Amino acid sequence: MSKDIDVNAGLRESATFDRTTMAEIRRAADTGIYDIRGFGAKRKLPHFDDLLFLGASMSRYPLEGYREKCNTKVTLGTRFAKKPIELDIPVTIAGMSFGALSANAKEALGRGASLMGTSTTTGDGGMTPEERGQSSKLVYQYLPSRYGMNPDDLRKADAIEVVLGQGAKPGGGGMLLGQKITDRVAKMRTLPMGVDQRSACRHPDWTGPDDLAIKILELREITDWQVPIYIKVGATRTYYDVKLAVKAGADVIVVDGMQGGTAATQDVFIEHVGIPTLAAIPQAVQALQEMGMHRKVQLIVSGGIRNGADVAKCMALGADAVAIGTAALIALGCNDPKYDEEFRKIGSAAGYYDDYHEGKDPTGISTQNPDLMQRLDPVVAGRKLANYLNVLTLEAQTLARACGKNDLRNLEPEDLVALTVESAAMARVPLAGTSWIPGQSF
Amino acid sequence: MKTVDLQKQSVRELNQALHDQVAECTEREWVVTDPKGAHNIACGLDQNLTVDIQGHAGYYCAGMNKKAHITVHGNVGQGVAENMMSGVVRIKGDASQAAGATAHGGLLVIEGNAGARCGISMKGVDIVVKGNVGHMSCFMGQAGNLVVCGDAGDALGDSLYEVHIYVKGSVKSLGADCVEKEMRPEHISELSELLNRAGVEEDPAAFKRYGSARQLYNFKVDNASAY
Repeated sequence: MSKDIDVNAGLRESATFDRTTMAEIRRAADTGIYDIRGFGAKRKLPHFDDLLFLGASMSRYPLEGYREKCNTKVTLGTRFAKKPIELDIPVTIAGMSFGALSANAKEALGRGASLMGTSTTTGDGGMTPEERGQSSKLVYQYLPSRYGMNPDDLRKADAIEVVLGQGAKPGGGGMLLGQKITDRVAKMRTLPMGVDQRSACRHPDWTGPDDLAIKILELREITDWQVPIYIKVGATRTYYDVKLAVKAGADVIVVDGMQGGTAATQDVFIEHVGIPTLAAIPQAVQALQEMGMHRKVQLIVSGGIRNGADVAKCMALGADAVAIGTAALIALGCNDPKYDEEFRKIGSAAGYYDDYHEGKDPTGISTQNPDLMQRLDPVVAGRKLANYLNVLTLEAQTLARACGKNDLRNLEPEDLVALTVESAAMARVPLAGTSWIPGQSF
Repeated sequence: MKTVDLQKQSVRELNQALHDQVAECTEREWVVTDPKGAHNIACGLDQNLTVDIQGHAGYYCAGMNKKAHITVHGNVGQGVAENMMSGVVRIKGDASQAAGATAHGGLLVIEGNAGARCGISMKGVDIVVKGNVGHMSCFMGQAGNLVVCGDAGDALGDSLYEVHIYVKGSVKSLGADCVEKEMRPEHISELSELLNRAGVEEDPAAFKRYGSARQLYNFKVDNASAY
């Protein structure tokens, strides 16, 4: 075992070329190909931890924590759909594919979401019977690859999500390496077994917002205008994207910030493309408000949401609901320390594992290996997810009541302050103890 | 036979009436008049119907078709028969870009020319084009057959998986990983059958076959410029 570095001996690590940076340079020199990994951005970013709530005192009345109601229900898709989707809690499960995840993991997500009366979402690879069977409310993603896309499943969905991008890789397509293209996955995607599958980044049959408006009408025609149609964008030029999505006819807009996770993409993409979730929400809300569509076209926000405070802060900034992906997987058991020894055998460690694309996940979540997959009991894991969703909801309600709100959607930016100048500018709320919102006043 | 005049009834009313045939089929033969380029005509059908569209149609005509036989007596816009599952779609005129995109099954016949990206990401459909196809046709094509009786534009079959491509005329250029392949007897037979089904009289022996070299199926450092 190497001895600790003695900083008193004059050894100084470079801030520019730190050990992680040097390791990546050596890895690149050895292999000649970029690093592919899963998870989301690992760099430190302005985030919800940089915001605080102003609880009620003299000027605001709080609600009693256990006696006075604080509504958590939300209805999505009220603009055009004959059957909007009604959720008991404003926390949904984000799109993650069968292929990237095991069938047991997908089933567990469905079970957990259904126990809490919320929705889960398919991914790049189509809808599995396990997922549909266990999901009382299922959102069917319509992706550039159209893997497994068919009108029968489209009509089985409770909502359709047209995916233009995701926060981890806005501008990039999906990726599923050959290790995970098993016979079943290959058949669902109409691909040869074992290929390194790279999904398209652009939809094959429309090229801009004017075309998208017609595409959305086609989806509505096929489903007889029954279900809501979402548009999901990775957070970049969010203000303009949201305006265009509204014009294209979306019922619901999903904005995924750069902390959002992925099953596999280039590390350089994850860390260097997109904007933080915190910065995206006010842009989206501004766009909706300017069009008179805030609360009429519902806004779902995702990307790095971990606890009820994050949920409440998103909603205070103007979201109608949030979606979780990485946090949901952690609730199922992703990166569980009980498998630390096995993580180390594959060159990682519990809490650090992000090589989802290799299909060796000891927890049985991001793998297609039947032996590993069996480790995840979908009933037990689904219960854990439901517990976690319950905690998120209770925490968010606690904060809302403290701010005097009897509905999570009554939280507002006025309830928030920021700890840093950066977060104040991005979230467009005052720096704590001041009335200063950088960019809006001096 | 049921006739629907799209200047008197909406596309919504037409499509709902066609969809209603799944629960109870009251009429198998449909004629659509005066379409005047409307979008999304006859999409999402799931019944053994015959639909004759007498005029030009806009985007996504016959999208996600199952079982139905749809004929357009005119030109069509983008994405005709996109994601078709089964049935037959026949276009008497020209088709705009992305004809047959991502389609899983059935037969798409274009008697005129097809624009760019014909058969993009196709997943099992058979497409027969009597005229020419535009650039990037069959891009990322996964399964099925694309037959081009005229010429093909730039980058044919780029990033191809397992589609069989047959072209009688010239190919301006082949896309990444698409190569000319030997025309063996089983391919002559397959092509003959496709031409017969499409009702196109051409000599299969006059065609060349193109397919995937399968060199991009797995990441290789030396392929970096092709990714």
